[in-house]
Amino acid sequence: MMRSLWALLHHDLRISLRQGNASTSVVVFFVLAVTLFPLGVGPEPQVLARIASGVVWAAALLAAMISLDRLFQADFEDGVLEQLCLAPTPLPAAVLAKALAHWLLTGLPLTLIAPVLAMALQMEGAGVVPLILGLALGTPVLSLVGAIGAGLTIGIRRGSVLLSLLVLPLFLPILIFGVGAVEAAINGLSARPHLLILGAMLLAAIVLAPLATAAALRANTE
Amino acid sequence: MQRWANPTRFLKIAQAVRPWATAATIVCLAVGLVLGLGFSPPDYQQGDTVRIMYVHVPAAWMALFVYTSMAVASAVALIWRHPLADLAAKASAPIGAGFTVIALVTGSLWGQPTWGTWWVWDARLTSVLILLFLYLGYIALWEAIEDPQRAARATAILALVGFVNVPIIKFSVDWWNTLHQPASVLTTRGPTIHGSMLTPLLLMAVGFTLFYIAIVLTRIEREILARRIRALRLLASEEPAKVN
Repeated sequence: MMRSLWALLHHDLRISLRQGNASTSVVVFFVLAVTLFPLGVGPEPQVLARIASGVVWAAALLAAMISLDRLFQADFEDGVLEQLCLAPTPLPAAVLAKALAHWLLTGLPLTLIAPVLAMALQMEGAGVVPLILGLALGTPVLSLVGAIGAGLTIGIRRGSVLLSLLVLPLFLPILIFGVGAVEAAINGLSARPHLLILGAMLLAAIVLAPLATAAALRANTE
Repeated sequence: MQRWANPTRFLKIAQAVRPWATAATIVCLAVGLVLGLGFSPPDYQQGDTVRIMYVHVPAAWMALFVYTSMAVASAVALIWRHPLADLAAKASAPIGAGFTVIALVTGSLWGQPTWGTWWVWDARLTSVLILLFLYLGYIALWEAIEDPQRAARATAILALVGFVNVPIIKFSVDWWNTLHQPASVLTTRGPTIHGSMLTPLLLMAVGFTLFYIAIVLTRIEREILARRIRALRLLASEEPAKVN
């Protein structure tokens, strides 16, 4: 089973690296979305420092979301998804592998580039480490919970708008605790409780989200 | 449970229950409103503004209750493939969204004179706003998928995923330090509000519940009849083909 999951992960990563655009465009979107704010609210360092954590997190949420509609779409169109449903490998495990591939291509680059953007927004130094840790814990949850939405909206015309309507409310808790961790550290408090809650969400999502996604995919491919 | 899956039997029971539920709704809401608006004492701090509570609190309870029943109906539909449970969940969603809107609007009207603001981003208010978005997403997913069987299963999964929010709403006032006051009726130490206010409040809550039952039965019935009409139309359009 591990071998077929490894093959699936490898396949997903190789396809999008060969096409070469998926990951880069998500990162470029992230940078552009963050750039809107200094231009929109003005370049005063105090204002930017105040909103930096929220802007970076909100942009990360949106960047993770716009890439979700491709998560199962290609496999759905060429019939791979039906094969995955029939394969002896449990479908939830296959979903987990695909969500991991999605995270490696979106969440991980976002996490790595976020500190640079935080610095550009004049975020205080104390907030940077909690920001990275929070994104490292939070973005996999975005991929996992987003996979549920992607599974539910598969095969629907103009499904990507509906997808955002379904998953954004479920993303909000991650935003709240991710920003909470950064703000706590900047204000001299411990970021630990917020990060622990994000970690708990990640553990719960690893167990439950693939089950829900698999059920959604089965409902939509029958 | 499968005994209730027969639509004809369900329709019979629904038609028997509905007039009583409707009549009881009118009585409860009328008595509750008269007691609440006319006879209950004004609050020593809030004055007459407190009377908004008689609509706000039952609406907020119903917003949670309807989502919970939707999640239960969805679980029943997924596990036992119960055909009427799908319809019950689908029929409940717009009613629940309506109760959520009433709770948010009346809360805002109460907040302006009492807190001095229409809206604060505290945990209770935010989580109820998320509940409204979950209702809207659920309704949108029903409308987006054309095949009713597929739509029923997909929306049932969504309703169960969204259920995580319900305990968060209920306990948000205990877990976070919110501007919204903590529970005063459903507490382990018994209700902390006076009987003269509790009676109309509970009457309104019963009235809202009966209203939900009456409306949801009507909506399920309408949905069953709509499906029958669709089936008959399909049959009628296939008839000439058979003759040839």
